[in-house]
Amino acid sequence: MANIKYIEFNGKEHKVNVPNGLSVMEGAVQNNIPGIDADCGGGMSCATCHVYINDDEWFKKLPKKEMGEDDMLDQAYDPKLNSRLSCQIIVSEELDGLVVQLPEKQG
Amino acid sequence: MIKTDVVIIGAGPTGLFCAHQIGIIGLKCELVDNLDKIGGQCIELYPDKPIYDIPAVPECTGEELTNNLVQQIKPFNFNFHLSDRVQELKNNNDKWIVKTLSGKEFEAYNVVIAGGVGSFEPRKFPIKSAEKFDGKSVLYSVKDKNIFKDKSLVIFGGGDSALDWAIELSNSSKVTLVHRRDEFRGAPASVQKIKELNDKNVIDVITKHSIEEVKGNGSLESVDIKSESGEIKNIKTDYVLGFFGLIMKLGPIADWGLNLDKKTIPVNTENFETNKKGIFAIGDICSYPGKLKLILSGFHEGALAARGCFRYARPDEKYRFEFTTASSTIKDRLGIKE
Repeated sequence: MANIKYIEFNGKEHKVNVPNGLSVMEGAVQNNIPGIDADCGGGMSCATCHVYINDDEWFKKLPKKEMGEDDMLDQAYDPKLNSRLSCQIIVSEELDGLVVQLPEKQG
Repeated sequence: MIKTDVVIIGAGPTGLFCAHQIGIIGLKCELVDNLDKIGGQCIELYPDKPIYDIPAVPECTGEELTNNLVQQIKPFNFNFHLSDRVQELKNNNDKWIVKTLSGKEFEAYNVVIAGGVGSFEPRKFPIKSAEKFDGKSVLYSVKDKNIFKDKSLVIFGGGDSALDWAIELSNSSKVTLVHRRDEFRGAPASVQKIKELNDKNVIDVITKHSIEEVKGNGSLESVDIKSESGEIKNIKTDYVLGFFGLIMKLGPIADWGLNLDKKTIPVNTENFETNKKGIFAIGDICSYPGKLKLILSGFHEGALAARGCFRYARPDEKYRFEFTTASSTIKDRLGIKE
């Protein structure tokens, strides 16, 4: 279990406990946090679960991007160097305290 | 006005198999899809990715699945209306009048919404200044390539559409290709070609930059791009093209008076009817307790929705359950000679 803070584009914060093994995307969807669409359901096929990891320490600490994630991020709305697809970040104890920022919109 | 029993919105796997079930029970249908090809998400998002959870098919790609489903409904000769979008649903006595963007009109007893998560639309630039040029000099698709002849264009993107158009249009236009990182995800041959054209100064390739602002008084004059470290570069151009793939938008479905739960349509699980009589929702767009967004669930939902349609299309007939293995009526419909 990890406590994850999701910050909407308008600044509204949501702190939720996400069980290990779920993705950061699922943590948002299951807790009705707006701003993560996840149209494809977690298949790394749509880039609508795009988030920013503004804290550089956290960005480096997260498991590295696998092949294909950057290809999808090319298609995301306003991708930046600290962009990730939240469906590709799997929750574990190590992620306790993670903060993710949501983009203005997903597309 | 095209008269039919059922209009199916969406020609993805779920819509296609529902059409099959509609044909099997002796009804007619017409299929409408916003994409220019059949297959929905399977063909648009992952044509080459293997799928491993279609019952009795250990492995197949999105494209193979689509081709097989099209093959399976061939005997029924149903019409497809592609590159068109259903805009309006209106109730008229016991029927639905369905109007599309291109102006087609259908009269049907039933409408089955198999629309995935909505219709696919091009992703746009994340900047306000692009909006006023949208459709004029800021474009997300190429309809008539002749308008670019002897003009300068800046193309954004790193996938096949961006690369293919950059290569093609560089024959008769001055092309700059801008991408946010060094790697391109397009086909290796296209990436190689782009490198060659860049070396020969035919195309100007700029990586690690993204769009910042488009400028122009009345007509487009230039585009500002920003490097990773924040430096701005201005490029004079006549057109700006963006190729960032497609995104699914619920679109007009939201205006039809259907109950909605976020981006999905709640249905009953007996026949997948919505809150409106004669309108059904199946596949990724429907929701009910226990819903799984799997293709196999869409098949099941389509089979039951087809039976639900029968009741309104043939109010004086009793639906009789039959197996394809045993029914000579079904074999006739499939054109199988014994």
